[in-house]
Amino acid sequence: MALLEVKNISKKFGSTSVLRDINFEVEKGEVLVLIGSSGSGKTTLLRCLNFLETPDTGTIVLNGETLVNAGAGVKRENENAVRKKRLHFGMVFQSFNLFPQYNVLRNVTLAMNMLSKESLKKPSPFKLSEIREYRKKCAEIYADNEKKALALIERVGLIDKINNYPCELSGGQCQRVAIARALALSPDILCFDEPTSALDPELTGEVLRVIKGLKSSDRTMIVVTHEMEFARGVADKVIFMSDGIIEETGTPEEVFGNPKSPKTRAFLSKAAEVV
Amino acid sequence: MQPEFSYVLQQLMSGFGVTCTIFFLTLVMALPLGLLIAFGSMSNFKPVKLITRAFVWVIRGTPLMLQVIVVFYGPGLWFDTPVSSRLTAVVVAFVINYACYFSEIYRGGIESIARGQYEAGAVLGMTKTQIFFRVILLQVVKRIIPPMSNEIITLVKDTSLARVITVAELIKEAQEIVNIYGILWPIFFTAVFYLIFVGILTLLFNFLEKKLSYFKA
Ligand SMILES: Nc1ncnc2c1ncn2[C@@H]1O[C@H](COP(=O)(O)OP(=O)(O)OP(=O)(O)O)[C@@H](O)[C@H]1O
Ligand SMILES: [Mg+2]
Repeated sequence: MALLEVKNISKKFGSTSVLRDINFEVEKGEVLVLIGSSGSGKTTLLRCLNFLETPDTGTIVLNGETLVNAGAGVKRENENAVRKKRLHFGMVFQSFNLFPQYNVLRNVTLAMNMLSKESLKKPSPFKLSEIREYRKKCAEIYADNEKKALALIERVGLIDKINNYPCELSGGQCQRVAIARALALSPDILCFDEPTSALDPELTGEVLRVIKGLKSSDRTMIVVTHEMEFARGVADKVIFMSDGIIEETGTPEEVFGNPKSPKTRAFLSKAAEVV
Repeated sequence: MQPEFSYVLQQLMSGFGVTCTIFFLTLVMALPLGLLIAFGSMSNFKPVKLITRAFVWVIRGTPLMLQVIVVFYGPGLWFDTPVSSRLTAVVVAFVINYACYFSEIYRGGIESIARGQYEAGAVLGMTKTQIFFRVILLQVVKRIIPPMSNEIITLVKDTSLARVITVAELIKEAQEIVNIYGILWPIFFTAVFYLIFVGILTLLFNFLEKKLSYFKA
C-alpha cells in the first residue's frame, strides 16, 4: 500500500476549475516532483494536502487513514481534528513565512514546544507539587526539543545563526530555516512549494542542495519546482500538470527523457529555452 | 488681589490630577475594548460585523463632546436614572469613543499582516488562538505604535472636553482662577502640563519603537 493515496481531487475557485480529478500515489521514502506551467494548479494541490484549501471532491488517504473525504457531506470538522491531521504534512512556502519576531532557534522550536506542552497534563492550579512537577517536565521537554532543533539547524548549515532574526538572514538562509522548522515536527510528508522561486539565482543552489540532502529512505517529499535540472536529479517520480489535470506521470527518465504528451514536450522545451 | 503662584499651581495640580484620571482610566479600558470591537468588525458573522461597523461609524462620526453630554444627560432624560458621577460619565464616553478609534487602528494592523504568517502557523499545528497571540500580535503591535501614539497623544488633550459637564479637569480649574481673579496667565500656564505629559509619552513611544526595532514585520 502506498503511503499517500490521492483520489479524484477536484477544486473550483468560483467557476474556474483549478484541479480536475487528480489521482496519484506516493510511496514511503519517495520524492515526488510536480512540474507544470504557471496556473496549472500545483500550489493549490499542495494546499489541499496541507488543509489550507478544502477540495470539492475526492479523498486523501495517508497510511490507510482517510484524512479528507470531500464527497461525504460537508460537516465542518473541529479545529483539533484538522490540526492533528495536517501535522502529517509539512509545508515549505515559496515566501518562507518565517516568524519575524523570533530568532532562528525560536522559529524552529516554537511549534514543537507548543505541541509538547499540550500533550502534558495540566497541573491543578492549587497543588504546588503538581505545578512544580509540570514545570520540570516542561523544561525537560523544551531542552529535548532544543537539542533536536539544533541538530536540524546544523543540518541546514546555519548553526552559527541560531540567534539571528529572519531580517538578518539572506533569502537562501531564511528558506533553510523554514526547512528546519518544517522538519522539526517530523511530518510524514514534507511539501515544498517552489522553494527557490523567491531567491536570487546565486542563492538557489544552497537551498536545493539542502533539499537533495534530505532525501533518504524514510523521508517522503513532494516538491513543486521550476528548476528542471534539480527536478531530474532529485525525483523518484515526476508529475507534469497542465490546466488542473495530471498530463503525464513517470520516472524522471521517462518524463524528461522521453515525454509522451505533446504538452509535456512543449513545456520542457520552453523550460530548456529559458535556461 | 493677586493669588500666590503656589496657590495657582496647587489648583492646577488638582485639575491635572483629574485630567490624568480620565486619561489613564480611558486608556486602560479602551485598549482591550478596542481589540474586542476590532474582532467584531472583522467577524465572519455578517450581523456582528455590520452592527459593529455601524456603531464605529456613529461614534467616529459624532463629536466626542456631544457623546459626553449624551452619556451624562441621556440616562436621566430617557430612563429616569440620572448619572450621579460626572467623572464616570466622562470616562464612559471617552472609553467608548477611544475604543472605536483604537479598533480601527487594530483592524488596519491585523489586516496588514500577510496571510502567509497565519498559514505558516496553521501548518505547524497551531490553533487560531495560538497563532494570534504567539505569531500575529507582536507584529501588529509593532506596526500600530505610530498611529496609536498619535491617538493617545490626542487623548491627552481631549480630556479638556470633560469641562462641558463641569468636571474640574486642568483647563476648567484654570478658568475658575481666571474668573475669580481676573488674570489670564493660569490658562496659558496649563500648556506646560500638557507639554510635559505629551513629552513623557513621546519618549515612552520612542522607547517602545526602539525595543521592537530588532525585527522587521
Ligand atoms: N484563492 C484563490 N481564489 C481564486 N483563484 C485562485 C485562488 N488560488 C489560486 N487561484 C487560481 O487557480 C489557478 C491555479 O493556481 P495555482 O497557484 O495552484 O497554480 P500554480 O501551478 O501553483 O502556478 P505557479 O507556477 O504560478 O505557482 C490559477 O489560475 C489561480 O489564478
Ligand atoms: Mg504556485
